[in-house]
Amino acid sequence: MKRITSVLFGAVLATCAASAFSQNLRIGLQEDPDVLDPHRARTYVGRIVFTSLCDKLIDISTDLKFVPQLAKSWSFSPDNKVLTFTLRDDVLFHDGSKFDAAAAKANLERAIQLPDSLRKSELSSVQSVEAPNPTTLVLNLKQPDATLLAQLTDRAGMMLSPKTFDAKDVAAVGRAPVCSGPYKFVERVQNDRIVLEKFDQYYNSKDFSFKRVTFLPIPDSTVRLSNLQSGGLDLIERVNPTDAPQVKKDAKLAFLPIAGLGFQQIIFNIDNGPLAKDNPFKDKRVRHAFELSVDRQAINDVVGEGIFEPAQQPFSKASPFYSEKFPVTKRDVVKAKALLKDAGQTNPKVELIFGNNTTEASIAQLIQAMAAEAGFEVSLRPTEFAAMQKEAASGNFQFMLIGWSGRVDPDGNIHQFVTCKGALNDGRYCNPQVDQLLNDARVLTDVDKRRAVYDQAQTILQDELPEMYVYYQPWPFAATKKVQGFKPYPDGMIRLQGVTLAP
Amino acid sequence: MLKLILNRILVAIPTLLLVSVIVFTLQKILPGDPVLTLAGEERDPVVLQYLRDKYHLDDPLPVQYGAWVMQVIQGDLGKSLRTDVPVTTLIAQKLPVTLQLASMAMLFALLIGIPAGIIAAVRKGTYIEMGANMVALSGMSVPGFWLGILLIMLVSVQWQLLPASGYVPPGQDLWLSLKTMVMPAFVLSTAIAAYLMRHTRSSMLEALSADYVRTARAKGVSPRGVVLHHALRNALMPIVTLVTLLFGELLAGAVLTEQVFTIPGFGKLMVDAVFNRDYAVVQGVVLVVAVGFIFMNLLADVLYVLVNPRLRHA
Repeated sequence: MKRITSVLFGAVLATCAASAFSQNLRIGLQEDPDVLDPHRARTYVGRIVFTSLCDKLIDISTDLKFVPQLAKSWSFSPDNKVLTFTLRDDVLFHDGSKFDAAAAKANLERAIQLPDSLRKSELSSVQSVEAPNPTTLVLNLKQPDATLLAQLTDRAGMMLSPKTFDAKDVAAVGRAPVCSGPYKFVERVQNDRIVLEKFDQYYNSKDFSFKRVTFLPIPDSTVRLSNLQSGGLDLIERVNPTDAPQVKKDAKLAFLPIAGLGFQQIIFNIDNGPLAKDNPFKDKRVRHAFELSVDRQAINDVVGEGIFEPAQQPFSKASPFYSEKFPVTKRDVVKAKALLKDAGQTNPKVELIFGNNTTEASIAQLIQAMAAEAGFEVSLRPTEFAAMQKEAASGNFQFMLIGWSGRVDPDGNIHQFVTCKGALNDGRYCNPQVDQLLNDARVLTDVDKRRAVYDQAQTILQDELPEMYVYYQPWPFAATKKVQGFKPYPDGMIRLQGVTLAP
Repeated sequence: MLKLILNRILVAIPTLLLVSVIVFTLQKILPGDPVLTLAGEERDPVVLQYLRDKYHLDDPLPVQYGAWVMQVIQGDLGKSLRTDVPVTTLIAQKLPVTLQLASMAMLFALLIGIPAGIIAAVRKGTYIEMGANMVALSGMSVPGFWLGILLIMLVSVQWQLLPASGYVPPGQDLWLSLKTMVMPAFVLSTAIAAYLMRHTRSSMLEALSADYVRTARAKGVSPRGVVLHHALRNALMPIVTLVTLLFGELLAGAVLTEQVFTIPGFGKLMVDAVFNRDYAVVQGVVLVVAVGFIFMNLLADVLYVLVNPRLRHA
């Protein structure tokens, strides 16, 4: 009898242990990712899937320092034009082939040369790639590039198995991505789910608990939260701020927000197209008056439930390039009115365009009310997102509220927006001095020297105010209390190392 | 009968052509650049131009339309701009889902609507009829997405009875599949049940006042027999055609319900494709839905003739 009970007990224990590793983690995403090819992908949620599917050369820590992943170590040459990586030698792709420098070379070349590649501008400083031996990867640069390491912590540095590269069928990679991450691709049903399965030959597989990871896109934030509450999901991203109090009160759930690298900003149309000519915001005094009429803290309190931290500059507090020199402007209606009088426009009529969702609509209405007290007559035009991209690019706006998901490297948060030929400079602000400073900052690898240059650029930008930052975009996660060991990162990615699910 | 079917198929061809022109033109009129949407935050002008050339988006509109029609005739509906998945694959994945949802919704609507309509007709002038009318009106008026979210909060979160959203194919787990479909099918069925109830009621009232009913009553047929055997048989004829047409509409995809319950069906596919300016998907789906609708119309006409013996010799 005793033997039977001990055998039974052992069996129960074994099944418990086995079930700990046969668990399925279900993650709720706000949208369905686009193509699952890191070189051609563009969505934030796609990057979340890639985090578990594809390893990259380097990764970041919670305080934005670079840490090894596929590369064990790296160094720049004294003139900063040669970047050498020493790679791990115990990495296998999901199809069993070995990862080595030749494979890394093939990946970087694909990212640079593929016509559809959206990573070209990220790797624009790379002249050539060499693989002198299986564990050494050498990147020869056209000029020093301080942004390169950060780019390689994201999609540009992700490694696919070169065996899947087919010149005649570019889409083949995206339909069944073969990478070398802790989880491998099982299946994907558009708009329904993406399923990954544990890759047992991952070099660090003991740190990853789940047998399966399922990503479920659920666009409605209320339904996403309901799924979490009813046990249909284990972890969700982008909790609506209005739902935050509910999550905090629920004993079965944990609210896990983190300040992100991105921000919500207002871009003024200074010189893009015919609408810029009569735009009251062409005068920087009007722009300053507008900024003085808005209370960022009010937006944080009313719409953000405390998680929309006010922003004055494009670099978040987590970034080493955040500067204390530019504190958040306090609301001052009297000063705003004086500036408007000075500019000869006491009652400017302006139209604000913004994305068609409840959060941005609430912020826009709040801004409208606050600015009215200073004399601004703001009319609101909620615009569907794809249409808004077109309006922005063609200059069919006076000012607009738009977000930016944020980049690890500070250059990614500023260069494209305020340089004369910047791809995202929809307001067409142009100051050659700013261009020079930002281009200089791109090649400085010393953090302190770089920050000094950014401070100089910011001094000009805070005076000319081509755009006004409103708040730092948070990444509000929520999980059931059964999920243990989950740490949100400032880039908003879900890293499953050390995450377990209590039975 | 055969003549009717052949005639309908011939008429279907110009109808489909017209539908294709309309959906093509409407999409091109929409503000927004599909290439900008495709490229997202990365706006590299070289890549943008490459994408425009790859998808022939700079060609004159008639050329683009002609190229697409040629493709369709050869059976190729194109690929999703966003994920490279062929449109035919997407449709093959989503059509069974929508069929399942539509069938369950129609089943619920029939089970609720027809008996309610019969009772309302038979008990005309009583409080029961007034109650049924009120319920019908609210069923038609209550927005489906509101009812859906309310049901999720109550049934899934509060009572933990059913999954909040999502979809499981019946082949994988029949019981779970039904559980995920119950709420969305119910929400979809409320408006249709109300509609069916109103039509059944008026159809029944007409049948009950006919001469043959008076004859049946005089013959001594029980009240139940009169209602169910004589009156209902005649009243159901227009209902059959109505149901077939409604089913065709349901196939187009209950967009709001699918969005709320995250059911990967036609409606959601279409809406997402429009927002992403995924031209190939929208065009392909609309064509398939148009074919389905034309087929359901034809089926309705055939059924009407079959069910009503009086029309058979016409």
